[in-house]
Amino acid sequence: MSNIITAKDLCLWYGQFKALKSISMDIPEKSITAFIGPSGCGKSTFLKTLNRMNDLVPDVKITGDVRFREQNIFDSNVDVNELRRDVGMVFQKPNPFPMSVYDNIAYGPRTHGVSSKSQLDDIVEQALKDAAIWDEVKDRLKKNALGLSGGQQQRLCIARALAVQPQVLLMDEPTSALDPISTSRIEELVSDLKKKYTIVMVTHNMQQAVRISDYTAFFLLGELVEFGKTDELFAQPTDKRTEDYITGRFG
Amino acid sequence: MQTNTMKGKRKAYIATMRILMWVSTALTAALVVFLMGYVLYKGLPNITWQLLSTKPSYLTESIGILPDILNTVYIVLATLVIVLPLGVGAAVYLTEYAANKRIVGMIEYATETLSGIPSIIYGLVGMLLFSNNMGTCLMAGSLTLVIMNLPTIMRTTQESLKTVPQSYREGAFGLGAGKWRVIRTVVLPNCVDGVITGCILTVGRILGESAALLFTAGFAHAVNGIVDGLASPGATLTVALYVYAKEQGEFGVAFAIAAILMIMTVLINLSATLVGKYYRNRRSI
Repeated sequence: MSNIITAKDLCLWYGQFKALKSISMDIPEKSITAFIGPSGCGKSTFLKTLNRMNDLVPDVKITGDVRFREQNIFDSNVDVNELRRDVGMVFQKPNPFPMSVYDNIAYGPRTHGVSSKSQLDDIVEQALKDAAIWDEVKDRLKKNALGLSGGQQQRLCIARALAVQPQVLLMDEPTSALDPISTSRIEELVSDLKKKYTIVMVTHNMQQAVRISDYTAFFLLGELVEFGKTDELFAQPTDKRTEDYITGRFG
Repeated sequence: MQTNTMKGKRKAYIATMRILMWVSTALTAALVVFLMGYVLYKGLPNITWQLLSTKPSYLTESIGILPDILNTVYIVLATLVIVLPLGVGAAVYLTEYAANKRIVGMIEYATETLSGIPSIIYGLVGMLLFSNNMGTCLMAGSLTLVIMNLPTIMRTTQESLKTVPQSYREGAFGLGAGKWRVIRTVVLPNCVDGVITGCILTVGRILGESAALLFTAGFAHAVNGIVDGLASPGATLTVALYVYAKEQGEFGVAFAIAAILMIMTVLINLSATLVGKYYRNRRSI
C-alpha cells in the first residue's frame, strides 16, 4: 500500500515552546490511522499541521517537511486552499455554520467554483448519503443546521467535509463531544469511509483506536514514540512508554 | 447585651441605607417621568398637520418644519452611507487582518477617546475642515457627523466580530475557503446585529446633535430634494429647535419639535433592543 502523506523531521514551536520534536511518519492510503497519547502530547498539533490549519495560530514556527502525494505542503507555490480541499478536516466539537443544512454542505463546493443548481443538488445528496445522515435530514434541507442533535451535527460536518471530495480526512477527536450511540454511529461511518478516503484521527479513547484503526501512532511530550499496525502495537508494544500508556499506567 | 445593641445599630444602618436608595430611585424615576410628561404636555398640542407639512413663511407668518424633517432625513442618510463602509471596513481590518496587536490596541484606545470628545469640538474642526472648503451645507455637517460616529460604528462592529465563534472560521478554512470568503460568507453575516445596533445608535446621536451642526450645516429652512439639500445649508430638527426657541421665542414650535424628537428617540431605542433580541434568538436556534 502506498503512502499518501509523509512527514520527515517535522519540528514545531509555539513561540518558545517546542510542541513537536522531529516527527517522521508515513501515512498509508485508504486506511485509518489513529493518533493516541495523553493531553498536550502534540497529536492534535501534528494533525493540524497536515493541512496547515496551524497557519491560523500566531507565532508558530515549523521546520522539516510534510509531503502530500510527493508535494511538500510548505512550498511557497502550494495553494493552501487547495491543500485543505484535498486534506479535509472534522473538528472536535461539531461546528456547522448557522445556515441551512443544504447551504452547509454546499459551502465547500461553492467555494471551489461549483455554481450549477443541479450539480450542487447531486453533491449535497451524495455527501449526506456518504455520511449516513441523508435519511434523517432529507426533509429538512432548508432548515437551520443548528437545530440538529450533536451527533447529527457531527455527521453533517463529515458530510460537509466530504462534499469537496477530499483524499484525506483529518478528524480531531470527532466523537469526544458525543454520546455513546452517536459515537458508535460515527465509528461505523468512519470504518466505511476508508474504502474511499484516507482517515487520520486523533482519539483519546484507546478502545476506539483498537476498534476502528489500521495503524496507530503513540505520541508523548511532542515525540512520536511508536507507530505501527494497530493490532501489533497494542499486542506487542516495542517501547516501554507505549506499554505503560496502553496498559493504563499513566495518561 | 453588647451584641444586641450591635444588632440594633446594624438594623438602623440597613434601614437608613434602604430608605436612601429608595429615595434616589424615586427621584430618578420622577425626574424622567416629569421631563417626558412636561415635553409631551407642552409639545403634543402644537403638533399639527400644518406644522409638519409646510415650510415657514414670512408672508403668511406661519411656521412649518417640513424642511427640517427633510434635512434630518438627508443628513442621516448621507452620514450612514459614508460612515458604514468606513467603520465596518476598519473594524474588519483591525479584528480579522491586522497582525500588530499593539497598533490595534492604540487605534482602539484612540477611537474610544474620540467618542468621548464634546461634540462642539467636532463642530469647530468640521467648520474649518469642511465648511471652509465646501461652504456651509448639510454635506459639511454630514462629514462632521461621520468623524463623530465612526468610533461608534467601528466599536460595535468590532465587538460583534469578536463574538463570532472561532469554530465557524476554522470550519470554513478547513474546507479550503480563502480569508475574504470566510469573512464575507461566515463572519459578517453573523455580526449583522452589531452593525445594525451601531447604525441605530448613530441615528439616535445624529437626531440629538446640535453643536456640531450649528457650525457646519447652517440654519436654512428651504424644501429641497436630497442632492440640492445636501449641497445647501439647512437646519435639522434639533438645530431648528434651538433656533426657534432661542432666536425667535417660538416655544410652542420648539416643544413640538422636542416632543417629536423624544418620541423618535424612544422608538429608536426600542428598535435597537428588538433588533438585538431578534438576532440573539436567531443565532441560538
